[in-house]
Amino acid sequence: MSGTAGTDRRAEHEPTFAGTPPFPEAARTALANEQLRANLGRATATIRTKRAAVVAERADWESLRLAGAAIKDEVLRDLPALLEQLERAVTDAGGIVHWARDATEANAIVAGIVREHDATEVVKVKSMATQEIELNEALRQEGIDVWETDLAEMIVQLGHDLPSHILVPAIHRNRTEIRDIFREEMWRVGRPAPDGLSDDPSDLAEAARLHLREKFLRARVAVSGANFAVAETGTIVVLESEGNGRMCLTLPEILITVMGIEKLVPTWRDLEVFLQLLPRSSTAERMNPYTSIWTGVTPGDGPREFHLILLDNGRTDVLSDTTGRQALRCIRCSACLNVCPVYERTGGQAYGSVYPGPIGAILTPQLRGIAKHPVDKQTASLPYASSLCGACFDVCPVRIDIPEVLVHLRGQVVRHSEATHRLPTAEAVGMRAAAWTLRTPRRLGLAERAAGLGGRLFGRGGRLRRMPGPGPVGAWFRSRDLKAPARESFRAWWRRTDGGRGGD
Amino acid sequence: MADGASAPPSDAREVVLGRIRDALADRPSSAAIPRDYERSLPPDTDIAELFVERVSDYRATVHRSTAAGLAASIASVLTARGAKRLAVPGGIAEAWLEGIDVERVGDDPPMSFRDLDLLDGVITGCAVAIAETGTIVLDGGPGQGRRALSLLPDLHVCIVASSQVVGSVPEALARLSPTRPQTWISGPSATSDIELQRVEGIHGPRLLDVVFIED
Repeated sequence: MSGTAGTDRRAEHEPTFAGTPPFPEAARTALANEQLRANLGRATATIRTKRAAVVAERADWESLRLAGAAIKDEVLRDLPALLEQLERAVTDAGGIVHWARDATEANAIVAGIVREHDATEVVKVKSMATQEIELNEALRQEGIDVWETDLAEMIVQLGHDLPSHILVPAIHRNRTEIRDIFREEMWRVGRPAPDGLSDDPSDLAEAARLHLREKFLRARVAVSGANFAVAETGTIVVLESEGNGRMCLTLPEILITVMGIEKLVPTWRDLEVFLQLLPRSSTAERMNPYTSIWTGVTPGDGPREFHLILLDNGRTDVLSDTTGRQALRCIRCSACLNVCPVYERTGGQAYGSVYPGPIGAILTPQLRGIAKHPVDKQTASLPYASSLCGACFDVCPVRIDIPEVLVHLRGQVVRHSEATHRLPTAEAVGMRAAAWTLRTPRRLGLAERAAGLGGRLFGRGGRLRRMPGPGPVGAWFRSRDLKAPARESFRAWWRRTDGGRGGD
Repeated sequence: MADGASAPPSDAREVVLGRIRDALADRPSSAAIPRDYERSLPPDTDIAELFVERVSDYRATVHRSTAAGLAASIASVLTARGAKRLAVPGGIAEAWLEGIDVERVGDDPPMSFRDLDLLDGVITGCAVAIAETGTIVLDGGPGQGRRALSLLPDLHVCIVASSQVVGSVPEALARLSPTRPQTWISGPSATSDIELQRVEGIHGPRLLDVVFIED
């Protein structure tokens, strides 16, 4: 069966995250899905435990993190010079470098290269950057078929679905669902699933191997992302597990790599830090099964034409924010997703972006320009998709202080909403009241006495259950309890007892 | 349409570089990169033993051999795997395959990918191996061939000499040249995409046999 035979039977468009409701609403829907919660809970717990074990093997883990963060900060600081150096090195090695201001421009460059070679399909290695720019949809509109070749991405694509995790995009699907997708969808786009396919993961993997092998052997153009690009040498690095990356990076004649401008490391030697940090943080392995490393074009080995597209698409907006720019250190390991109590319960799709979880909550709003202008409701809800527990910072291999950036972005959301609302929002009023209260000790003391009185009126068994009355306070208490304020504040107790020295 | 599509691409370069310079107008301060991490394993580590242990950990099969017994070791691997037709890149020592009953298929001129896909296996050497991570690095040097050679056949037999094993990732990078295309291999192709259950064997060789030549 030809690869294009089923094209018109497929969904009209690739699904996108456009139209995802604000996080609280999307989270409520996700929380109601018990299958999703069970899958996520099991998967994140497994990978958390494994990661902790391989990280504990390295007594110098903190030193690696410090080096990783410092190298990435140097990249951001020297970005113009390093990008020019990379461009020169790639060009000298026979590659062609393109620059793209935004998604539209990057997609047009890819489509142009594919058309120029009269190709009608591309094979793709999993890449966050190409998901971000919605390359698949753009190519489809140009009549070009796109085949995702990472097993999980293929499951997502065949299921007309959206990814829910950076590393394991089909983490929300169980084996039976995957078997059904293979049975119902594979034949439409190529080699059908074997008869009597079981839901055993080995059988499912074998079905994927057979289905994709014909596409690998046939494809003339491949598209990839990049985990790292070495400015000094023009070398590109892609880490993977399945071998689909090796297939895409070595078999087709034309290779197009789309890479965010922040994915650099200055020198070859710097890889010694990241090739240790990334596998342990990401797949919880000492080393991932396959890493491909190449510089430009090598006659007789691999593609004869190599294009590198350097993508901005909002990254320079992120860079302009002195607090928020640390998000650009991210090496897309997804360790922060796996430890996040919010992500663990809602899954990735509730974040309405290709970048879910804690890193998504700080990266997506910034890529969408929150530093410069008001953003839509969904984007504005993302910095609140966190309990600020800090587990994400603890595991981040490049020490991104995600809670710090979350709080910073919440400030931007509030400022934008003050600027655009004539009547202040309840939150802005609350924050202003809190600021007024906390400004002097006397005001705080008065507030504490009032709270102690309130606690005696409404608290039963040491808990505040319902605060009476309508409005935001009443609504908040409909789904939460709060410990009742102590009858005596700490400050009052300290004054009365001389810090405990005068007895209780 | 976004503004990007209408302007000539050469402009994009200047625009992006200009935006970056503007974004860095605060001139972030520079700091030395702390490199206090370990660059090698503790001196009393038995690197060869660790390599064998870690490669096995990733469910590759390790066969210990002496230099003199290499051909016999390779023969027993190929027999056990039932490999009859084998890709043999240039630079593989004739002695490695002496007296072994397999059809050897050379790659000069390069065979088509479809022909390569039909072979039972491939035999290669390697450029360097890393004990701590159980990794083998191929860089297209003698006895390794182009990258597709060790990718399409379902069985990869890799010969590693103990002198090629280093302890750590930093030591391996120091031995390698960025100008050569490299494949770092740590165990057979694998996926954990279905319920995080590890399955060996997706697109790369499903069987990785490492024949390790001890001193």
